[in-house]
Amino acid sequence: MSGVELVFTGFALLTWGAAVLAVTSRQVVHAALWLVLALGGLAGVYLALGAQVVALVQILVYVGAIVVLVLFALMLTQAPIGVHRDLDAPLGRRLAALGVGLSVALLIGGTLAVAVGDRQVRPDLAAGAPTPLGTAIFAHWLLPFELLSLLLLAALVAALAVSRGRASDGTDGTDGSEVR
Amino acid sequence: MIHLLGPVLLAAALAGTGMYGLLARRNAVLVLIGAELVLNAANVLLVTGGLLPAGGLSAPDAAGGTAAVADPLLPGQVMAIFVVTIAAAEIGLALALVLLLFRRRATSDLGEVRELGETAPTHDDPPGAGVWPDTGAAAETDRPTGPKEEVRS
Repeated sequence: MSGVELVFTGFALLTWGAAVLAVTSRQVVHAALWLVLALGGLAGVYLALGAQVVALVQILVYVGAIVVLVLFALMLTQAPIGVHRDLDAPLGRRLAALGVGLSVALLIGGTLAVAVGDRQVRPDLAAGAPTPLGTAIFAHWLLPFELLSLLLLAALVAALAVSRGRASDGTDGTDGSEVR
Repeated sequence: MIHLLGPVLLAAALAGTGMYGLLARRNAVLVLIGAELVLNAANVLLVTGGLLPAGGLSAPDAAGGTAAVADPLLPGQVMAIFVVTIAAAEIGLALALVLLLFRRRATSDLGEVRELGETAPTHDDPPGAGVWPDTGAAAETDRPTGPKEEVRS
Protein backbone atom coordinates (compact mmCIF):
# COMPACT_ATOMS: atom_id res chain seq x y z
CA MET A 1 0.00 0.00 0.00
CA SER A 2 1.59 3.20 -1.14
CA GLY A 3 1.71 6.42 0.83
CA VAL A 4 -1.03 8.15 -1.11
CA GLU A 5 -3.21 5.11 -0.71
CA LEU A 6 -2.66 5.23 3.03
CA VAL A 7 -3.67 8.90 3.12
CA PHE A 8 -6.70 8.13 1.01
CA THR A 9 -7.80 5.27 3.23
CA GLY A 10 -7.46 7.40 6.35
CA PHE A 11 -9.56 10.21 4.94
CA ALA A 12 -12.08 7.76 3.51
CA LEU A 13 -12.61 6.06 6.86
CA LEU A 14 -12.90 9.44 8.56
CA THR A 15 -15.45 10.55 5.99
CA TRP A 16 -17.54 7.45 6.23
CA GLY A 17 -17.52 7.37 10.03
CA ALA A 18 -18.56 10.99 10.22
CA ALA A 19 -21.26 10.40 7.60
CA VAL A 20 -22.70 7.53 9.61
CA LEU A 21 -22.75 9.69 12.72
CA ALA A 22 -24.34 12.53 10.75
CA VAL A 23 -27.31 10.38 9.77
CA THR A 24 -27.72 8.64 13.12
CA SER A 25 -26.98 11.36 15.67
CA ARG A 26 -29.85 12.16 17.97
CA GLN A 27 -28.86 15.78 18.34
CA VAL A 28 -29.58 17.94 15.35
CA VAL A 29 -26.69 20.33 15.80
CA HIS A 30 -24.31 17.43 16.27
CA ALA A 31 -25.57 15.92 13.03
CA ALA A 32 -24.74 19.15 11.20
CA LEU A 33 -21.30 19.26 12.79
CA TRP A 34 -20.61 15.64 11.85
CA LEU A 35 -21.54 16.66 8.33
CA VAL A 36 -18.77 19.26 8.50
CA LEU A 37 -16.29 16.52 9.37
CA ALA A 38 -17.55 14.25 6.60
CA LEU A 39 -17.32 16.98 3.97
CA GLY A 40 -13.92 18.09 5.20
CA GLY A 41 -12.72 14.50 5.05
CA LEU A 42 -13.95 14.35 1.49
CA ALA A 43 -11.77 17.35 0.70
CA GLY A 44 -8.84 15.28 1.93
CA VAL A 45 -9.98 12.41 -0.28
CA TYR A 46 -10.03 14.70 -3.30
CA LEU A 47 -6.57 15.93 -2.40
CA ALA A 48 -5.30 12.36 -2.22
CA LEU A 49 -6.85 11.79 -5.64
CA GLY A 50 -4.95 14.77 -7.01
CA ALA A 51 -7.89 17.11 -7.45
CA GLN A 52 -6.64 20.09 -5.51
CA VAL A 53 -9.04 22.68 -6.89
CA VAL A 54 -12.01 20.42 -6.27
CA ALA A 55 -10.79 19.96 -2.70
CA LEU A 56 -10.65 23.72 -2.22
CA VAL A 57 -14.07 24.20 -3.77
CA GLN A 58 -15.38 21.47 -1.50
CA ILE A 59 -14.13 23.28 1.58
CA LEU A 60 -15.23 26.71 0.37
CA VAL A 61 -18.70 25.84 -0.85
CA TYR A 62 -19.67 22.86 1.24
CA VAL A 63 -18.05 23.46 4.60
CA GLY A 64 -18.11 27.24 4.26
CA ALA A 65 -21.51 27.88 2.79
CA ILE A 66 -23.79 24.88 2.72
CA VAL A 67 -23.20 23.73 6.28
CA VAL A 68 -23.65 27.28 7.52
CA LEU A 69 -26.96 27.38 5.64
CA VAL A 70 -27.96 24.09 7.24
CA LEU A 71 -27.06 25.38 10.69
CA PHE A 72 -29.03 28.55 10.07
CA ALA A 73 -32.02 26.51 8.99
CA LEU A 74 -31.74 24.41 12.13
CA MET A 75 -31.69 27.53 14.27
CA LEU A 76 -34.53 29.20 12.40
CA THR A 77 -36.77 26.18 12.64
CA GLN A 78 -36.03 26.09 16.36
CA ALA A 79 -34.54 22.67 16.29
CA PRO A 80 -34.39 21.16 19.73
CA ILE A 81 -31.03 21.40 21.43
CA GLY A 82 -30.00 18.24 23.19
CA VAL A 83 -30.93 14.64 22.75
CA HIS A 84 -34.17 14.28 20.89
CA ARG A 85 -35.94 11.06 20.14
CA ASP A 86 -38.31 12.32 17.49
CA LEU A 87 -35.69 12.95 14.84
CA ASP A 88 -35.89 9.45 13.45
CA ALA A 89 -38.76 7.54 12.00
CA PRO A 90 -40.14 4.59 14.00
CA LEU A 91 -38.05 1.46 14.24
CA GLY A 92 -39.78 -0.38 11.44
CA ARG A 93 -39.13 2.35 8.95
CA ARG A 94 -35.58 2.73 10.19
CA LEU A 95 -34.96 -0.95 9.52
CA ALA A 96 -36.49 -0.60 6.07
CA ALA A 97 -34.25 2.41 5.47
CA LEU A 98 -31.27 0.39 6.61
CA GLY A 99 -32.18 -2.33 4.13
CA VAL A 100 -32.53 0.16 1.30
CA GLY A 101 -29.26 1.84 2.20
CA LEU A 102 -27.42 -1.46 2.34
CA SER A 103 -28.91 -2.53 -0.99
CA VAL A 104 -27.90 0.73 -2.63
CA ALA A 105 -24.38 0.45 -1.27
CA LEU A 106 -24.07 -3.18 -2.31
CA LEU A 107 -25.49 -2.53 -5.76
CA ILE A 108 -23.27 0.44 -6.54
CA GLY A 109 -20.23 -1.01 -4.82
CA GLY A 110 -20.61 -4.45 -6.35
CA THR A 111 -21.19 -3.22 -9.87
CA LEU A 112 -18.35 -0.75 -9.82
CA ALA A 113 -15.96 -3.10 -8.03
CA VAL A 114 -16.48 -5.65 -10.77
CA ALA A 115 -16.12 -2.92 -13.39
CA VAL A 116 -12.84 -1.49 -12.14
CA GLY A 117 -11.29 -4.81 -11.15
CA ASP A 118 -7.82 -4.26 -9.77
CA ARG A 119 -7.11 -1.32 -12.00
CA GLN A 120 -4.68 1.23 -10.64
CA VAL A 121 -4.36 4.87 -11.55
CA ARG A 122 -1.79 7.50 -10.80
CA PRO A 123 -3.21 10.59 -9.12
CA ASP A 124 -1.79 13.60 -10.92
CA LEU A 125 -1.62 16.73 -8.83
CA ALA A 126 -0.61 18.76 -11.88
CA ALA A 127 -3.80 17.87 -13.72
CA GLY A 128 -5.94 19.18 -10.88
CA ALA A 129 -4.02 22.44 -10.58
CA PRO A 130 -5.87 25.71 -11.19
CA THR A 131 -4.34 26.42 -14.60
CA PRO A 132 -5.42 23.30 -16.50
CA LEU A 133 -8.74 23.22 -14.73
CA GLY A 134 -9.43 26.87 -15.48
CA THR A 135 -8.45 26.34 -19.08
CA ALA A 136 -10.76 23.35 -19.30
CA ILE A 137 -13.69 25.20 -17.77
CA PHE A 138 -13.38 28.47 -19.62
CA ALA A 139 -12.25 27.07 -22.95
CA HIS A 140 -14.25 23.89 -23.28
CA TRP A 141 -17.02 23.95 -20.71
CA LEU A 142 -18.05 27.56 -21.06
CA LEU A 143 -21.66 26.99 -22.07
CA PRO A 144 -22.48 24.61 -19.17
CA PHE A 145 -20.68 27.01 -16.88
CA GLU A 146 -22.85 29.92 -17.99
CA LEU A 147 -25.95 27.78 -17.76
CA LEU A 148 -24.97 26.99 -14.19
CA SER A 149 -24.78 30.67 -13.38
CA LEU A 150 -28.31 31.00 -14.75
CA LEU A 151 -29.36 28.09 -12.53
CA LEU A 152 -27.83 29.76 -9.50
CA LEU A 153 -29.60 33.00 -10.33
CA ALA A 154 -32.90 31.20 -10.73
CA ALA A 155 -32.40 29.39 -7.43
CA LEU A 156 -31.57 32.66 -5.70
CA VAL A 157 -34.64 34.40 -7.05
CA ALA A 158 -36.81 31.39 -6.25
CA ALA A 159 -35.50 31.19 -2.69
CA LEU A 160 -36.23 34.88 -2.23
CA ALA A 161 -39.69 34.54 -3.69
CA VAL A 162 -40.50 31.50 -1.59
CA SER A 163 -39.24 32.93 1.66
CA ARG A 164 -40.91 36.27 1.15
CA GLY A 165 -44.23 34.55 0.96
CA ARG A 166 -47.23 35.62 -0.95
CA ALA A 167 -47.49 39.37 -1.19
CA SER A 168 -50.85 39.93 0.41
CA ASP A 169 -52.05 42.83 -1.64
CA GLY A 170 -49.75 42.85 -4.55
CA THR A 171 -47.37 45.31 -2.94
CA ASP A 172 -44.17 44.37 -1.18
CA GLY A 173 -46.00 42.30 1.39
CA THR A 174 -45.05 44.42 4.34
CA ASP A 175 -48.59 44.57 5.59
CA GLY A 176 -48.96 41.12 7.02
CA SER A 177 -52.41 41.57 8.47
CA GLU A 178 -53.98 42.10 5.09
CA VAL A 179 -56.52 39.45 4.28
CA ARG A 180 -55.62 38.08 0.92
CA MET B 1 -0.49 4.47 -7.82
CA ILE B 2 -3.80 4.01 -6.15
CA HIS B 3 -6.32 1.24 -6.50
CA LEU B 4 -9.61 2.34 -8.00
CA LEU B 5 -11.39 -0.01 -5.63
CA GLY B 6 -10.96 2.32 -2.65
CA PRO B 7 -12.75 5.40 -4.05
CA VAL B 8 -15.44 3.20 -5.57
CA LEU B 9 -16.17 1.54 -2.25
CA LEU B 10 -16.15 4.91 -0.48
CA ALA B 11 -18.69 6.24 -2.97
CA ALA B 12 -20.90 3.20 -2.51
CA ALA B 13 -20.73 3.47 1.28
CA LEU B 14 -21.53 7.18 1.19
CA ALA B 15 -24.47 6.63 -1.14
CA GLY B 16 -25.86 3.93 1.12
CA THR B 17 -25.39 6.06 4.22
CA GLY B 18 -27.04 9.03 2.56
CA MET B 19 -29.93 6.89 1.42
CA TYR B 20 -30.44 5.69 4.96
CA GLY B 21 -30.44 9.29 6.16
CA LEU B 22 -32.93 10.27 3.50
CA LEU B 23 -35.37 7.57 4.51
CA ALA B 24 -34.90 7.27 8.26
CA ARG B 25 -34.94 10.92 9.29
CA ARG B 26 -38.05 12.90 10.03
CA ASN B 27 -36.63 16.35 10.51
CA ALA B 28 -36.59 18.02 7.10
CA VAL B 29 -33.15 19.56 7.53
CA LEU B 30 -31.67 16.20 8.49
CA VAL B 31 -33.22 14.63 5.40
CA LEU B 32 -31.33 17.23 3.39
CA ILE B 33 -28.11 16.14 5.08
CA GLY B 34 -28.72 12.66 3.69
CA ALA B 35 -29.25 14.14 0.24
CA GLU B 36 -25.94 15.97 0.52
CA LEU B 37 -24.17 12.72 1.29
CA VAL B 38 -25.62 11.09 -1.82
CA LEU B 39 -24.49 14.04 -3.94
CA ASN B 40 -21.02 13.76 -2.48
CA ALA B 41 -20.88 10.06 -3.32
CA ALA B 42 -21.53 11.02 -6.93
CA ASN B 43 -18.76 13.58 -6.68
CA VAL B 44 -16.26 11.02 -5.43
CA LEU B 45 -17.10 8.85 -8.41
CA LEU B 46 -16.68 11.78 -10.80
CA VAL B 47 -13.28 12.72 -9.44
CA THR B 48 -12.22 9.07 -9.47
CA GLY B 49 -13.36 8.64 -13.04
CA GLY B 50 -11.39 11.74 -13.95
CA LEU B 51 -8.23 9.91 -12.98
CA LEU B 52 -8.67 7.44 -15.80
CA PRO B 53 -7.00 8.23 -19.10
CA ALA B 54 -9.07 9.41 -22.04
CA GLY B 55 -11.39 6.58 -22.93
CA GLY B 56 -12.14 5.61 -19.37
CA LEU B 57 -12.04 2.03 -18.24
CA SER B 58 -11.84 0.73 -21.79
CA ALA B 59 -8.65 2.69 -22.45
CA PRO B 60 -5.43 0.70 -22.37
CA ASP B 61 -3.95 0.39 -18.93
CA ALA B 62 -1.32 2.86 -17.81
CA ALA B 63 1.13 -0.01 -17.81
CA GLY B 64 0.99 0.21 -21.57
CA GLY B 65 3.24 3.23 -21.38
CA THR B 66 2.54 6.36 -23.36
CA ALA B 67 -0.73 5.02 -24.70
CA ALA B 68 -2.53 6.52 -21.73
CA VAL B 69 -3.18 10.19 -22.38
CA ALA B 70 -5.02 12.30 -19.88
CA ASP B 71 -8.18 13.91 -21.16
CA PRO B 72 -7.40 17.64 -21.53
CA LEU B 73 -11.03 18.48 -20.84
CA LEU B 74 -10.69 17.14 -17.27
CA PRO B 75 -14.32 16.06 -17.39
CA GLY B 76 -14.37 14.40 -14.00
CA GLN B 77 -13.11 17.34 -12.00
CA VAL B 78 -15.09 19.91 -13.98
CA MET B 79 -18.25 17.91 -13.48
CA ALA B 80 -17.48 17.59 -9.77
CA ILE B 81 -17.28 21.37 -9.48
CA PHE B 82 -20.53 21.68 -11.42
CA VAL B 83 -22.21 19.22 -9.08
CA VAL B 84 -21.03 21.23 -6.08
CA THR B 85 -22.59 24.31 -7.64
CA ILE B 86 -25.85 22.54 -8.32
CA ALA B 87 -25.83 21.23 -4.74
CA ALA B 88 -25.45 24.79 -3.48
CA ALA B 89 -28.44 25.92 -5.53
CA GLU B 90 -30.44 22.90 -4.43
CA ILE B 91 -29.80 23.29 -0.74
CA GLY B 92 -30.51 27.02 -0.80
CA LEU B 93 -33.89 26.47 -2.39
CA ALA B 94 -34.67 23.43 -0.26
CA LEU B 95 -33.91 25.25 2.97
CA ALA B 96 -36.11 28.14 1.86
CA LEU B 97 -38.90 25.61 1.39
CA VAL B 98 -38.24 24.11 4.82
CA LEU B 99 -38.43 27.56 6.39
CA LEU B 100 -41.68 28.23 4.56
CA LEU B 101 -43.04 24.91 5.81
CA PHE B 102 -42.06 25.80 9.34
CA ARG B 103 -43.74 29.16 9.12
CA ARG B 104 -46.95 27.71 7.73
CA ARG B 105 -47.20 24.55 9.81
CA ALA B 106 -44.94 25.34 12.77
CA THR B 107 -43.11 22.07 12.31
CA SER B 108 -40.23 20.74 10.31
CA ASP B 109 -41.23 17.18 11.01
CA LEU B 110 -41.96 15.52 7.70
CA GLY B 111 -44.02 12.85 9.43
CA GLU B 112 -46.63 15.43 10.33
CA VAL B 113 -46.93 16.88 6.88
CA ARG B 114 -49.22 14.48 5.11
CA GLU B 115 -50.85 16.78 2.63
CA LEU B 116 -49.47 19.69 0.75
CA GLY B 117 -51.32 22.41 -1.02
CA GLU B 118 -54.07 24.75 -0.11
CA THR B 119 -56.85 22.25 -0.66
CA ALA B 120 -55.45 19.90 1.96
CA PRO B 121 -57.79 19.55 4.94
CA THR B 122 -55.03 20.39 7.39
CA HIS B 123 -53.93 23.47 5.56
CA ASP B 124 -54.53 26.52 7.64
CA ASP B 125 -53.44 29.65 5.97
CA PRO B 126 -53.91 32.44 8.43
CA PRO B 127 -53.58 35.85 6.91
CA GLY B 128 -50.16 37.22 7.33
CA ALA B 129 -48.56 33.86 7.80
CA GLY B 130 -46.49 34.45 4.75
CA VAL B 131 -44.43 37.28 6.10
CA TRP B 132 -41.51 37.04 8.40
CA PRO B 133 -42.16 38.79 11.69
CA ASP B 134 -39.97 41.79 11.01
CA THR B 135 -43.16 43.71 10.48
CA GLY B 136 -45.33 44.69 13.36
CA ALA B 137 -48.46 42.96 12.27
CA ALA B 138 -46.89 39.59 11.68
CA ALA B 139 -45.00 39.73 14.94
CA GLU B 140 -48.19 39.11 16.84
CA THR B 141 -48.52 35.68 15.38
CA ASP B 142 -46.90 33.48 17.93
CA ARG B 143 -44.43 31.58 15.82
CA PRO B 144 -43.35 28.73 18.12
CA THR B 145 -46.78 27.40 18.85
CA GLY B 146 -47.54 28.24 15.33
CA PRO B 147 -50.11 29.84 13.19
CA LYS B 148 -51.96 26.55 13.28
CA GLU B 149 -54.40 27.26 16.07
CA GLU B 150 -54.78 30.86 15.21
CA VAL B 151 -57.49 31.82 12.82
CA ARG B 152 -57.80 35.52 12.36
CA SER B 153 -59.82 36.48 9.41
